Amino acid sequence: MKKTVILGALTVAGLAAGAAAAATLDDVKARGKLNCGVTTGVPGFAEPDANGVWQGFDVAVCRAVAAAVLGDSTAVEFVPTTGKTRFTALASGEIDMLARNTTWTFSRDVDLKFEFTGVNYYDGQGFMIPAELGVSSASELDGATVCIQTGTTTELNLADFFRSNNISYEPVPIETGAEAVQQYNAGACDVYTTDASALAAQRANFEDPSAHVIMPEIISKEPLGPLVRHGDHEWGDIVRWTLNALITAEELGVNSANLAELSGGSNNPEINRLLGTEGDLGAMLGLDAEWAKRAIGVAGNYGEVFAKNIGEDTPIGLARGLNAQWTDGGLIYSPPFR
Amino acid sequence: MTTISDPSVGTTNQSFRLAMLLNDTRYRSLTFQFIALVAIIAFMAFVGGNLVRNLAEAGLNISYKFLGEPAGYDINQRPIEYDSQSSHGRAAIVGLLNTLIVAVLACITATVIGVVAGVLRLSNNWLVSKIMSFYVEIFRNVPVLIWILIIFSIMINALPGPREFKGDTPSASMILFDTVAVTNRGVFVPSPEFSNSFASTEEVPVTSTGMDWLLILAALVLSWIVATRVSQWASKTQEETGIRPKTWHMRLAIWAVPLAGVLLFLGLTWNIPELKGFNFKGGLQIRGSLLALWFALAIYTGAFIAENVRAGIMAISKGQTEAAGALGLRPNLIMSLVVLPQALRVIIPPLISQYLNITKNSSLAIAVGYMDVTGTLGGITLLQTGRAIETILLLMLFYLTVSLLISAVMNVFNNRMKLKER
Repeated sequence: MKKTVILGALTVAGLAAGAAAAATLDDVKARGKLNCGVTTGVPGFAEPDANGVWQGFDVAVCRAVAAAVLGDSTAVEFVPTTGKTRFTALASGEIDMLARNTTWTFSRDVDLKFEFTGVNYYDGQGFMIPAELGVSSASELDGATVCIQTGTTTELNLADFFRSNNISYEPVPIETGAEAVQQYNAGACDVYTTDASALAAQRANFEDPSAHVIMPEIISKEPLGPLVRHGDHEWGDIVRWTLNALITAEELGVNSANLAELSGGSNNPEINRLLGTEGDLGAMLGLDAEWAKRAIGVAGNYGEVFAKNIGEDTPIGLARGLNAQWTDGGLIYSPPFR
Repeated sequence: MTTISDPSVGTTNQSFRLAMLLNDTRYRSLTFQFIALVAIIAFMAFVGGNLVRNLAEAGLNISYKFLGEPAGYDINQRPIEYDSQSSHGRAAIVGLLNTLIVAVLACITATVIGVVAGVLRLSNNWLVSKIMSFYVEIFRNVPVLIWILIIFSIMINALPGPREFKGDTPSASMILFDTVAVTNRGVFVPSPEFSNSFASTEEVPVTSTGMDWLLILAALVLSWIVATRVSQWASKTQEETGIRPKTWHMRLAIWAVPLAGVLLFLGLTWNIPELKGFNFKGGLQIRGSLLALWFALAIYTGAFIAENVRAGIMAISKGQTEAAGALGLRPNLIMSLVVLPQALRVIIPPLISQYLNITKNSSLAIAVGYMDVTGTLGGITLLQTGRAIETILLLMLFYLTVSLLISAVMNVFNNRMKLKER
């Protein structure tokens, strides 16, 4: 008799556990906070400032989504993740979305069952080396000791690059970017390799950035973007179109200066649809009409976010390059709002 | 409900009533054990069923096919042949061997450190015993991960990089007649090579293979057998005549002559490390990550072993020491012939746990980038394939097997050392 009671209780508990996969949007609204996975700290992309407030290019995506969904760009719980913990954190539901310099690859999309909701930065893997070594090309790196973040796509690209060029190297696997920089600066490795944007970001924090050069070779394609779990397409749509809203805003010339004026209505129907004065795109997403206006209102459009966090006037000093709008010869392109 | 639980019912004379399962002390414990067993089985079935159902819901299925696919990543320390095109399974084996390498090195070193520190802590010399107490208390009271990181960062920052060996007036130089280079990437030592290696042919010159090492091992085993015979003969002569014949020159010859012969036959040469390009080339590189992990594990666990040794020695009654002293034995002989052999009986059982600790603690290797099995199979392979449950199960199986093997071997040793009662 006792046994039946226990088994009954266990069965109920089991059923409850099975039914716990509800819609992420409802969870976020009920919680009043967006859980967003970010890096443990890459200058310009995601790093807490002197006041402990998270700032950066990836952080801006989180804040835009929070503003669109919850109406408050500060209602974000930033969860720092390493290259190792990020996918488990997302798959287990600990975070609602991951905006962490994560490369969109086939196996991550298909096999690991994540949904990449677009690309916010087109990157490629590069090499950084002290200028005093006098190496000018990555093909001269035969025999070099290379510091590398373990568990990333860069690790595989590195193996492929050295193998296809038929030169040898000694990998030094390291858990986080900060530790890698420490070892690189101590001379425990000759070369540090990761995404070129992160190299530029880390170099900006060095005592003497000019003593280090970034090789001209880019050995891989690294489209970085936010991602969510498979299976909740409504939530995936919200993250995707929030990013697209920032990109479209730049294309249409909507920025933080003219946002208030344009949201009163304009001659361009697409701006009107974007900002919610025409049509009901917001309702289709399960949000209100002004979702995109709030997202753009946080820190401006894509171009403004880029310029403020990692652009040429910041210490990181990245040019737009591939990340210019398609109208300026770049790859940044959003499907139309209609 | 559980009437079938007790087979002894039929043998009792009294008629059996259901209530006796709870009231009768003969059955009560069995009843509760049975209930507990059913509860445990039900719980395990529930957990297992839950896992399978949730995995099926998430569209994941348990599969070990990934072990045969190319790994795609490189490993710096490779005890066996491996490159980025080898399979994940091979990468796991490389990691496994690396785990065993660091575990064996650390177990040996920790035992040596522990025995020395444990004996010296009981020394009559105040300074020596206090220094050893200081060592034990400092090292066993700080987590081993912190020791690993401390030793690693000291090595990286204090030792010179290969670049500093360059130029006309280098700020660092090689030691021991320019054969050993100590750098912050590890220690480069000369490695033996054989010009007449077995596997070497005119087309494929190979410098050393397992066959060569087997030959050397065979020579050593032969020498050992002969040396044992000689010492048996010496003991026998001593028993008959009372005088032990001098055998050191014979033993020296027995060990040295066959070994020298084999090495000469194989054509031993030394491959001395040289600075080429970015790094030292040639010789054997003992990587900084291995050194840091090895020494951290050894000195940390050595502190625990020192306490075991001290406990073992203190368990031997003072009368044994005094009796040995009365027979005229010198203090070091008293320790090695009388006290330590008896103390071993107390020391070995806790020593087994320390060896197990070293093996398991070696999984902290990733902190310094040492590619052990947790780093390859449980790290990169897990992340690149996303097969978390499969790899973790394999890892558990591996650590369990190694730990049980160590226990088994040490228990055999313990049984041999145990007090034999006749």
